[in-house]
Amino acid sequence: MTGSPMLSGLEYWLPVLFVGLMALAFFIYAVLDGYDLGVGILLPMDNKSATASERDTMIASIGPFWDANETWLVLAVGLMLIAFPSAHSLVLGNLYLPALALLVGLILRGVAFDFRAKSPSVHKTRWDWVFKLGSLLATYSQGFMIGMYVVGFEYNLWGLAFALFSGVCVSAGYCFIGAAWLIMKTEADLQRRAANWARTMLWVTLLGLLLISVVNPWVNPEVFSKWFELPQFFILLLVPLTLLLVTMITETYLRGFPGTGERWCWLPFCAAVVIFLLSFVGLGYSFFPDIVPGQLNIWQAAADSSALVPIGIGAAVVVPIILLYTAFSYRVFWGKATELKYH
Amino acid sequence: MEVLDTLMLSRIQFALNISFHILFPTITIALCWALLFFKLRANITGDDTWNRIYRFWVKIFALTFALGVVSGITMSFQFGTNWPGFMEKVGNVAGPLLGYEVLTAFFLEATFLGVMLFGGDKVSNRVHTLATFMVAIGTTLSAFWILALNSWMHTPAGHVVRDGVVYPESWLAIIFNPSFPYRFVHMMLASSLTCAFLIAGVSAYRLLRGDDKPGPRYTLKFGLVAVLFLAPAQALVGDFHGLNTLQHQPAKIAAMEGIWHTERGAPLLLFALPDSKQKTNHFEIGIPKGASLILTHDLDGEIKGLNEFADAHPPVAPVFFSFRVMVGMGVLMILVGIAGCWTLYRRGQLYRWQLRVLLAMTFAGWLATLAGWYVTEIGRQPFIVSGILRTRDAVTDQPPEFVWLSLITYAIVYACLLWAYIHTLFLMARKAAQLESFSDARPTQGSPTKTREVQA
Repeated sequence: MTGSPMLSGLEYWLPVLFVGLMALAFFIYAVLDGYDLGVGILLPMDNKSATASERDTMIASIGPFWDANETWLVLAVGLMLIAFPSAHSLVLGNLYLPALALLVGLILRGVAFDFRAKSPSVHKTRWDWVFKLGSLLATYSQGFMIGMYVVGFEYNLWGLAFALFSGVCVSAGYCFIGAAWLIMKTEADLQRRAANWARTMLWVTLLGLLLISVVNPWVNPEVFSKWFELPQFFILLLVPLTLLLVTMITETYLRGFPGTGERWCWLPFCAAVVIFLLSFVGLGYSFFPDIVPGQLNIWQAAADSSALVPIGIGAAVVVPIILLYTAFSYRVFWGKATELKYH
Repeated sequence: MEVLDTLMLSRIQFALNISFHILFPTITIALCWALLFFKLRANITGDDTWNRIYRFWVKIFALTFALGVVSGITMSFQFGTNWPGFMEKVGNVAGPLLGYEVLTAFFLEATFLGVMLFGGDKVSNRVHTLATFMVAIGTTLSAFWILALNSWMHTPAGHVVRDGVVYPESWLAIIFNPSFPYRFVHMMLASSLTCAFLIAGVSAYRLLRGDDKPGPRYTLKFGLVAVLFLAPAQALVGDFHGLNTLQHQPAKIAAMEGIWHTERGAPLLLFALPDSKQKTNHFEIGIPKGASLILTHDLDGEIKGLNEFADAHPPVAPVFFSFRVMVGMGVLMILVGIAGCWTLYRRGQLYRWQLRVLLAMTFAGWLATLAGWYVTEIGRQPFIVSGILRTRDAVTDQPPEFVWLSLITYAIVYACLLWAYIHTLFLMARKAAQLESFSDARPTQGSPTKTREVQA
């Protein structure tokens, strides 16, 4: 099923362009909602008054952004729906129940955000639980879905075990980027706690990535040959080497925390972005040009060019504008998180 | 049960999801323009009450918007999980419209929402006003695109069909399809009315709780005056929309009016019990020749009956009753608007019983909007895209057990959220009634005449 068909011009390039755009949207989503959901999972729930105010600060740090961050998922899933309708049906049809869990998680997390701020203080802790568990459910389902996707929706023992494990990895990854976000956006005790979380989660994430990198080529011979054939093997070696380098720098920074302190507080977050990016590149390279591994490639799944051209033009004009005002929004809320006040 | 197969369950689930979802955008589309109005009033008059009104309602906006966003994400997954045939057949038209909604509307509103909600002390007042405006533009654009797609599903135009698959020919004709202008204006007015009754209802509640600050008085008046103008306008637009439907979807009109057999001088039925087995109505109460007069502007005008459409007509009872609920609510709204504004004009404030009526009608807009959507959506059946794709040909082959599970899950989650939303809304109103009284009392003391003036 793989291998590009004999297509030329637009019919060849449009699906390639759109799969790139879709991957970009998924990547931006994973980074942005990744830190939101990670912060949600990390909410400390022990019964101390200090942690209650820490929860407020943590949630305040993602307050102005979560809504727009979640929109990247709508765009990514939307692009799949629009540009690759049969892949959208195939993927989501096979992931009916995990998708339900994801949506329930996102719903609970999203509404807890507003309800916690508006309900009487007795109920606030309960909404914080909803926030935390909703974040965890949404994150874990995403990891499970990616796992099922990689094994080609094989609902057998090995497939399920892999997907369940993949859920753990993605949760760890989101917790890592969430903790990294907190190192940037908070101060004092909470910042130190975040550094501890980040260090633990970094190692869990790496362990997960390592296992996935072993399993994936092991079960998919095509993936194996893509990675281990000469001469591209030497170029691809850059992926794990970069990962190793980034990890060592981050680990050094976190171990010595708060040694070099504020000046480098953005470092773990950038490291997380690089790790996410390398994972995406690795996954994308493994399966391209298949959009559903082993079942459907991008040209078979693509919508007609009469639909793709107008969206392509729209996206080319609008996405830069979106990035521009997203940057504006981040600039407005630059620096350490402060208490959220409606104005 | 045999009737509750995957098709029926998926339809119920979609109806549940979209009914729950539409409640919140219906409020936020208009509420954001109301917020912009409050903001501009504050900027122009310098009256700080408008700023307080803005801060109170922006919290409700935030809560409503969040519920709209999370319930909306569900929608974008539903196509793949339950209705794969829809995108496979008409995706070339539906896709770009949905895509433009995400690209031009969703990001705009979601990003500027952060600045609008939490950026008040971080940006200048001018930028903050601009952020409010951007969110309002975003919500309206979102309505524009999704209604363009929905209208196209009712009155498809500007496309060609090859091998059962739809291809776009003219995007202008697709977007501005025959029913779009009517549906768009009808929905924008529905949103405005829903918002006006929400504002009036919550303000009435605060007044009933003894809130003597100027804020709720300003907003009560704002809501009532909006109803006074919008409710009759909606009746007029609804009438035009009906005529447009008669032209393009006569089967829907036949179901709305309960006309089983083509007739001249058809009565306007106020009540009846449609009987789909015997193809007739029981217990008819109607105005003779009324339907013909309204629809054809001729007492003896001919209206096509359901007999003309063989098996391709919608189920009658739900369309028939939903239509009466919608129109009934509309008439009630017009009366409440006139009576309320009259009392305000003569007496300066409402009677307590009038406040209670407004409180009871806080969510009147929801009822009317949902009823209206049921009329138009059930009225399109058995098609998902009129004349092009039947609903049953678009559905998934998931086992019904899965759909049962998802349906029940959504039903429980939504029931809890709806309760929490309404509960929180009134909780916020009570809090505002009690807490702000000290800070609010000051500016009104200085200028009693001015306060009287705005109350009247």
